[in-house]
Amino acid sequence: MSGLKGYLRSDGRKGIRNVVAVAYLVECAHHVAREIALPWRENEVHAIGFPGCYPNPYAERMMEQLCTHPNVGAVLLISLGCESFNKYALERVVRATGRPVKTIVIQGTGGTRASIKEGRAWVEEARALLDETETVPMAVSELVIGTVCGGSDGTSGITGNPAAGRAFDQLIAEGAACIFEETGELIGCEHIMAARAITPELGAELEKSVAKAARYYATLGYGSFAAGNAEGGLSTIEEKSMGAYAKSGASLISGLIKPGDVPPHGGLYLLDVVPDGEVRFGFPNINDNAEIAELIACGAHCVLFVTGRGSVVGSAISPVVKICANPETYRRMSDDMDVDAGRILEGRASLDEVGTEIRDLVVSLAQGARTKSEELGHQEFILTYKSFEPLGPACLPAA
Amino acid sequence: MTHDPRLILLDARDNVFVARTRLPAGEAIETGTGAATLDRDVPLAHKVARRAIAPGEKILKYGAPIGVATIAIAAGSHVHVQNMKSDYTPTYHLEDERKAGATQ
Repeated sequence: MSGLKGYLRSDGRKGIRNVVAVAYLVECAHHVAREIALPWRENEVHAIGFPGCYPNPYAERMMEQLCTHPNVGAVLLISLGCESFNKYALERVVRATGRPVKTIVIQGTGGTRASIKEGRAWVEEARALLDETETVPMAVSELVIGTVCGGSDGTSGITGNPAAGRAFDQLIAEGAACIFEETGELIGCEHIMAARAITPELGAELEKSVAKAARYYATLGYGSFAAGNAEGGLSTIEEKSMGAYAKSGASLISGLIKPGDVPPHGGLYLLDVVPDGEVRFGFPNINDNAEIAELIACGAHCVLFVTGRGSVVGSAISPVVKICANPETYRRMSDDMDVDAGRILEGRASLDEVGTEIRDLVVSLAQGARTKSEELGHQEFILTYKSFEPLGPACLPAA
Repeated sequence: MTHDPRLILLDARDNVFVARTRLPAGEAIETGTGAATLDRDVPLAHKVARRAIAPGEKILKYGAPIGVATIAIAAGSHVHVQNMKSDYTPTYHLEDERKAGATQ
């Protein structure tokens, strides 16, 4: 097997993809961005963006982190012109990294048709430039991997999630940084999780993050629980949590981060996705892709997505590896699934075997392999309003 | 005596099994401490009571509490939203609501 290869960026990080991001800065510019990207739908030109017209520091930081993600090689910003998003600051941040960047203001360019024409001409040049980029050798220890579960059922916590946890344990032992998340789906696990923190102070922060999630969801009146979870055999949020928690594996927890924070070194990190302060902008994550976008903003090169009911999503910027926990679902939807973890339930594979298969698949993504969702053209992306306070001093203890 | 191979016991402390495959209502199962009969169809990965569970008793899965019994549950019963609830937030469900409505 050949070694891992990456695209070296000016901050020292390496990408396993070389994407041109076409980023709309308000929903009013979304159509133009999508149309610009369309001719390259098979060739790593992805539309991302923020739909809101009001300013929001969280959204601006997320967009900065996404546009300077190691998997992104060039950025085209699409502004309508009158929205509040600080396009000047975002362009400056991207330019400072040495990436090709341009802003098209639709109102200045003369409307839809002229903007699409100008945008496509720019993307064509950027794509040609990026296609010439030489790769450099990359180590497993340079990878950042996220995990999420969606469309969970009673199989998720028995097969797919613990198998993803075994893969995490292996990758962390090799020096990689691994991120698990959704504190709303850790309700009931806070004490056992806190005991795995590398310092007692970090343990207290982990417990606080789950208490915050419980409070937030109690205010909203719903847990992080969809109707299909119950149909799939999950009866309560705590039961779903116990299954979701298994994704974190058995490694010690090195830190607590928030959306956009890149892990400072290898190890296991909890991503706190629930906003701080009063409940303001609605549900913390309105769907699975909102969580995936946040993991990617933390530098994730790829995301392990465990599903029981059967999700089909992928993502812009970073590949999504779909791990199917339910053997019945796998037989129905195998075209969408990268890993058949339901074999564990039927006694056809062990947790360790599937864990190793997932670890090897992650490594293969840095050797040119593509996921099912990439092959199918999935490039989902969503970003909504949130607000966070800075991390407390106990969240990232010195290693 | 060991329990039925079609059921998984995730932790020795648990009072529920997990179905490894779909099982029909009326099916006889072995709990390890005696025979029982399934009260309803049990889909893949749903829970079955390992023994009689009293109202108010915690439901244990993975060796941890995942909620509380709302009514008396007999060994072999399907354990789900009709006889247990969360200690945190209520469970939102569609299909099971309709089924429950039809039998009431």
